Amino acid sequence: MTALTVDGLSKTFDMHVLGDTQVVGLDDVSFDVREGEFLAVVGASGSGKSSLLKCLYRTYDPTGGRVVYHRNALVDSSSDNSSDNSSVDLASCDDQTVIGLRNTAIGYTSQFLDEIPRVPAVDVVSRPLREQGVPAEEARQRARELLSRLRLPEELWEAYPATFSGGERQRVNLAQALAPKPDLLLLDEPTSALDPDTRQAAIDLLREYLDADTTVIGVFHNTAVIEAVADRVVMLEDGQLQGVVPVDDYDGEVVR
Amino acid sequence: MTLLSATGLQTVYGEGCSRCIESTGDRAGTNQCPHCGSVVACAEADLSVREGEVLGIVGESGSGKSSLAEQLALERDPDATTTGMVDYDGYDGNLLAVDYETRHDLRTSDIALVHQHIRDGLNPEFTGGGNVAEKLLSAGWRSYEDVRDRVQELFEATEIPVDRMDDPTSTYSGGMQRRVQIARALATDPELVVLDEPTTGLDVSVQARVLDMFRQVQREEGVACVVVSHDLGVVRLLADRTLVMRHGRIVESGLTDRVMEDPHHEYTQTLINSVI
Amino acid sequence: MTDQIMTDEPPETVEYQLRTADESSVATDGGTTVSSDTVDGETDAVDATLDALESDGLSGYNYAYLDEHTKREVRRSMLKAVAIPGHQVPYASRPMPLARGWGTGGIQASLSILGPDDRFKVIDQGADESVNAANIRRLAENTAEIETTTDTTDADLIQTRHRIPEEVLTDDQILVLQVPITDALRKVDPSDAANRRRHAHKNYGKMWVHLYENVVEWGEINISSRYPTMVGGRYLMDPSPIPRWDVPKLDDADNLFVFAAGREARIYAVPPHTDVEPLAFSDREFTVERFGGQSCHACGSTDTYLVEVSEEAGDTDRETNNTDREFETRYACNDSSFCAKRRENPELPKDHHLDRGGVDWGPKTASETTGSRKTAAGKTKSPGGEAE
Repeated sequence: MTALTVDGLSKTFDMHVLGDTQVVGLDDVSFDVREGEFLAVVGASGSGKSSLLKCLYRTYDPTGGRVVYHRNALVDSSSDNSSDNSSVDLASCDDQTVIGLRNTAIGYTSQFLDEIPRVPAVDVVSRPLREQGVPAEEARQRARELLSRLRLPEELWEAYPATFSGGERQRVNLAQALAPKPDLLLLDEPTSALDPDTRQAAIDLLREYLDADTTVIGVFHNTAVIEAVADRVVMLEDGQLQGVVPVDDYDGEVVR
Repeated sequence: MTLLSATGLQTVYGEGCSRCIESTGDRAGTNQCPHCGSVVACAEADLSVREGEVLGIVGESGSGKSSLAEQLALERDPDATTTGMVDYDGYDGNLLAVDYETRHDLRTSDIALVHQHIRDGLNPEFTGGGNVAEKLLSAGWRSYEDVRDRVQELFEATEIPVDRMDDPTSTYSGGMQRRVQIARALATDPELVVLDEPTTGLDVSVQARVLDMFRQVQREEGVACVVVSHDLGVVRLLADRTLVMRHGRIVESGLTDRVMEDPHHEYTQTLINSVI
Repeated sequence: MTDQIMTDEPPETVEYQLRTADESSVATDGGTTVSSDTVDGETDAVDATLDALESDGLSGYNYAYLDEHTKREVRRSMLKAVAIPGHQVPYASRPMPLARGWGTGGIQASLSILGPDDRFKVIDQGADESVNAANIRRLAENTAEIETTTDTTDADLIQTRHRIPEEVLTDDQILVLQVPITDALRKVDPSDAANRRRHAHKNYGKMWVHLYENVVEWGEINISSRYPTMVGGRYLMDPSPIPRWDVPKLDDADNLFVFAAGREARIYAVPPHTDVEPLAFSDREFTVERFGGQSCHACGSTDTYLVEVSEEAGDTDRETNNTDREFETRYACNDSSFCAKRRENPELPKDHHLDRGGVDWGPKTASETTGSRKTAAGKTKSPGGEAE
C-alpha cells in the first residue's frame, strides 16, 4: 500500500534580504512511495534533495502541491483529526497535526547532529524513547545497543558529542533517528562522514533494525550504500524530478 | 487538545487613544503611539497552546514578548491597561477577567510563571525547600511529610542537590536558584508553565543543563509551556512552535524549525541571519 | 453590662476655670500670661487655682474616665469585631494615663464596657498583685466606682495581660486581653498593607512556610507564644502572647474574648462558641507546654500552667553574711488566685463553680464523670472532643 503520495510539490524561497529575489528549490515534483519501501534520493549539489526532505517534514513550507501521508492504523491521539481519516496532506495541514505526526510516526535527521550541549551521547539517543514513555533505564539500554552496533567506542557513550569527530557525531545522529522506530523515516546523508566499515555497519543496521513496514526516504551520495539498501531511486536535478527507477536500473549517473 | 486559546491580547501603557493601534506595530516601525505617546507593548495577538505543547515567543527588546507572556500568566501590572480574551480549558468565560480568588487559585494550581528575575520569583530568606513548599502549602497541603517528600522529588527532578534543601535560597548559585524557580513552578503539577527569559543570569555552561533538564521534565510530565526568549537557541531547543514578535505584534508563527530554516517575514529572515 | 449608651443625660464634660488675676489674661486651654508687675498677686492666684484643681480634678472626669464618644467608638469597634471573628477592626485609640505598651488598649476596652454593678478583675502574667494590674484596677475603681475582685469566678469583666485564667469562664463573663502586636502575619512580612491584602483574601501561604521552616529546624513547631490560630476557619489571628497552654481555651468557649491594642489601635474578638484552631500540620500537631512531671510547690497542682521560681535554698547565714548561697529552682502556679484556692483545697477542679457537669475546658480540666484531675502528660484535649 502507498505510504506517501508526493503530488506536484513545489518550493520557492522569497529572499527579502536579497531584495526579494525568488529562489526555486523544487518545481512540480511527483512520485509515490510504498509502505516498507526504501527510497534513495540522488542528485547534484543544489538539486533539491535536502529541500525535498525538508518539505516532506515541514521544515520548509511547500509553496505548491500536496504531500499525502497515508497513516497506518495506529493514529496519534494528539491530533484533532478524526481517526477515520487515515490520510493527511502534510503540505497544508495545521502545525499541531505535524507535531503529532513527528512525535509518533515521522522521523527526520539531517547530516549534522543538532546536539544539546552537555548531554551525553547515550542520553541524546535515548531521549526520543523516553519521550515515547519508555522507562529511562530501558531506553538507555536500547540506546547503548544502537551505539554499539554503529561501532561507537564505549568510552564515548557517556561523553558529550560536542567534542566528537564528524563521523562519531553522525553515528550518534543516526542512532537517535533510528531509536524510536518511526513509520516514516527521512534521512539526509546519514553516512557521509563514516568510514567504510562503519558505513557497512550502518547499512546492516538500516536493514535489520527497522521493521519491514518502515518506510525510508534517504539522501545518499554513496552508490554502494544505495545499492545495498534502496529499493528505488528518485533522481533530481535543478529542483525537478528526472525520474524514479528501481535500484537495479540505477548506475550512479543521473538519467536524462 | 487545546488548552488555551487567546485572541486580541493587548497591553498598553499610558492613556491610549483611538489611533494607537493603527499607528503602531510592524508597518509603523514603532510600539509608541505618535499621537498620544502611549506605548502599545503588545496588540492584536492571537495564539493557542495545546496540552503538552511548547510555544516559543522570540523577539528583541521592546518586541512585546514579555508583556504577552505576563498576560498569559495572569500577572497584573497596575500601570498597564490589558484587554483581550483568553479561553482556557475547564473554565467558563474570559480568563483575563476572573476575580482575584479564581486568579489566585489558577496561579497556584494550573498556570505557573518562572520569572525572568529571580528576585521576583523567590523569597531569598526562605530555604530552597521552603520556596517550593510555599506553592504546595498555598494549595492546601497539610501533611509535613508529604510536603517534604514532594519537595525532595522536585529537587531531584530539577537536579538540585537534595542536601541543600534546607539552606537559605540566598546561598544558592544562580543556576540553582533558577532550578528552584522551576521546581516551584512544577510543584502542583500545573497544566501550563510560562518561562520568561529562562537563561537570564545563568552562565553559558549552566544554561544548557538547566534547559535540557526542563525539557526532559516538560516532556515526561506533559506540561504545556510558553517560552519567551530573545535567544533563538533557547527557543529552538524547547519549542515545538514559535511566534516572532516585533514592535508589539506577532509577525510570524509556525513550527520552530520551519521559522528558523524557512523564515517568511522579512524581519524574521533578518533575525535568523543575524545569529552568530 | 452598662447602659451608658442609652443615657438621656448629656455627656459630662470637663471644664476648667482658672481664676483671673487683675491684669493677666488667661486662656481656657491653660495658657496664662503673667505680667511682671504683679508677681506676688499672680502667685496667689496660681496657688489658689492649683488648690481648686486638686479637689475638682477627678470629679471632673467622666464616668470610667473616657468620654462617651470614645466609649461609643470603642463599643462599635467591639461589635464589629464580634461580628467578624478574628478580623482586626481599627479604632481611634485615645491617649491614656498609662504609657503605650502597658495595656492602654485593654484599659480602653474595659472602661468602655464597665458599669457600676460590675466586678472587675485585673491580672498581669497571671498575678493580681503586680504593679501594673494594681494600677489599672485602681483607675477603674476611682473613675468607674466599681468593685474589684481577685476571684476569677466572681468577676464580670477580667482584663488580662498574657494569660487566660485557669478556671472556666462562663457565658456572662468577658475576658479583655492586652495585645502588643495585633497581626500574626507581622512575623513573616513587616508590610501592613501586604498583610491586610492577605487577610482579605485568606492568603496565608507565607505563614505556613514559616511553620514548615520551623519544623525543618526544630523537628516540631516550637512557637511558644503568639501562636497563629485560625478563627472561624477564616481569619488568622494572633492570640496575644499567651502561652500555648491557654490557646485551646479559645475554642468553643462560653465567654467572649476581646483583644485590644492601644498603640496599634486595633480591636478583634472571638465570640462564644467559635471554632478556633491553632495552625499545625496533620503530622506535626499542636502541643501545649510540658512541665516534665513537676508540680506547684505551694498547692501541688500538676494540671496548671507552671512557672519557674528561683529561690534561695535554706536560711541565710546572717552572722557570717555568707553570700555564697545556693539557689534552687521550684515551680509555682502562674494563676496565683487559683493557686490560693488550691492551697485550701488541692482537689478543686477548674469548673468547681459550675452546676453542670462534664465541662471540659482547657488543658486538664476535670470532668464530672472522672471526678479527678488528670495528670499533665503534655497533650491537650479541646472541648470539641478532638483527640490530638
